[in-house]
Amino acid sequence: MNSHSAAALHEHTIARLSAGLAAGEFSSEELTRALLARIEQFNPALNAFITVTAESALAQARAADQRRQRGGAGPLTGVPIAHKDIFCTDGVRTSCGSRMLDRFIAPYDATVVEKLNAAGAVMLGKTNMDEFAMGSSNETSFYGPVPNPWDPEAVPGGSSGGSAAAVAARLTPGATGTDTGGSIRQPAALCGITGIKPTYGRVSRWGMIAYASSLDQGGPMARTAEDCALLLGAMAGFDPRDSTSVDRPVPDYAATLDQPLKGLKVGLPEEYFGEGLDGAVARVVESAIAEYRRLGAETVEISLPNSPLAIPAYYVIAPAECSSNLARFDGVRYGHRCENPKNLLDLYARSRGEGFGAEVKRRILVGTFALSAGYYDAYYLKAQQIRRLISDDFRRAFQQVDVIMGPTSPTVAFNLGEKADDPITMYLSDIYTIAVNLAGLPGLSLPAGFVGQRPVGLQLIGDYFAEDRLLNVAHRYQQVTDWHQRAPAAFA
Amino acid sequence: MSLGPAEVAKIAHLARLAILDEDAPAYARNLSAILELVDQMNAVDTTGVAPMAHPLDMAQRLRPDEVSESNQRAHFQAIAPQTEAGLYLVPKVIE
Repeated sequence: MNSHSAAALHEHTIARLSAGLAAGEFSSEELTRALLARIEQFNPALNAFITVTAESALAQARAADQRRQRGGAGPLTGVPIAHKDIFCTDGVRTSCGSRMLDRFIAPYDATVVEKLNAAGAVMLGKTNMDEFAMGSSNETSFYGPVPNPWDPEAVPGGSSGGSAAAVAARLTPGATGTDTGGSIRQPAALCGITGIKPTYGRVSRWGMIAYASSLDQGGPMARTAEDCALLLGAMAGFDPRDSTSVDRPVPDYAATLDQPLKGLKVGLPEEYFGEGLDGAVARVVESAIAEYRRLGAETVEISLPNSPLAIPAYYVIAPAECSSNLARFDGVRYGHRCENPKNLLDLYARSRGEGFGAEVKRRILVGTFALSAGYYDAYYLKAQQIRRLISDDFRRAFQQVDVIMGPTSPTVAFNLGEKADDPITMYLSDIYTIAVNLAGLPGLSLPAGFVGQRPVGLQLIGDYFAEDRLLNVAHRYQQVTDWHQRAPAAFA
Repeated sequence: MSLGPAEVAKIAHLARLAILDEDAPAYARNLSAILELVDQMNAVDTTGVAPMAHPLDMAQRLRPDEVSESNQRAHFQAIAPQTEAGLYLVPKVIE
């Protein structure tokens, strides 16, 4: 293996691994074996993977090595990744973190999986997540919580908590995630990694188990913006099988990473720096913004006056869409079925009652109520009107600035169990991320420092389809800082 | 807006979701708290604001009405809880 010891391969970014594979420094099989060995060593305590697909990973790795020898390898050929267990994977259990799908073997691949397979990426396994992506701490998973790699007392965030923890612990250099109200950005922030939620419609939702269809969006999670650029380039693109997929060319995200930031106009929304933001987190975020000023950016105070309405509107729209989407789990065609149903109604009600956990049930009930006769105008219609006001706030802001910056989360990772019994407090941890989903804009979180040993994320929000700009702005910061290179001591 | 255990039972029935009687008060408390949070929406007057159903205000794309999928019944039914002769089995619906 030349100068590389097996123990060192996990330290590399995707960009570095890609270069090493291209130069023949190591094979994909060697790399895959090294990461599978780390997963075997660390996953029993970390619980970041629900399913490890060692055998098929090695087969994919060998196929990638052969493809490289033949010629025709791309930047991701032979690079190991993990998929959030919300993406359907043909022949592999796709649980969505739920008892409902504990024995569900997906009969097809999601478009995102298909695209990454075609690029030659190697799937190491499926990562843990809040049940049906409903949660901000990974604690609603049927498969149990995931400790934060930086501090085992803390949560990793959610819902893509397993993906974030696996990347932070160097069990995989990259992973897929999904983001309905912050589920890529918040765990990325809490685990000290980089993650981007693209513009709604940029990445196909086909085969991605639906939670709230007008908000759900898949995206990459990795250590650096450069790695996210490589992954997003492979994941994005038009898909005729997703009726909300946008038919628009995918730019070469890696090509624009190095553009200088001189003259960049950065908007700082006053609502994101006020009451509720932890003082120590605010100081970390402000020093990151100062770094951007040194890079040539100009900061402008802006206002997003309808921000306080984002969480109330979200907790109508998301549950309403969830109650409709999750109606498909009926105990008839796939998923959990209760024993000895008395009649059809009993079959439906008990299969669902046994298959879903408490948070999923709460959201189904809220959504069912909001859509029930007599309440539609007061709840759903009102929330959709507020959504327009929130979106208009952003439109006005982007007439003035190129990107918006602020904290990803109001605090660092909270303790396991701290908010598990109080849904409302848990919901408030997504206060800075949810409006971005309501507007359908792209958002990125990158590591900006620490409070104690727990990481802080800086959120960048861009105009529609400005993923290239967000990745560029994040990358330039990562050229002059090393927060993204820090590894948790237990997993170095 | 506040809900009691009886209203929770009614909503749970609409959602075809079995909730244990002993859990109903806790759901009623949680749901009432969520609706209280949601009621903050009333702080703003939205008269005349067009509701936003799609983030990009796009209409659904149409496609020609052509067969695009092949029949994979056996493949899809392999993961069903109970089937017979290509049909999904459920408890008797009509006596």
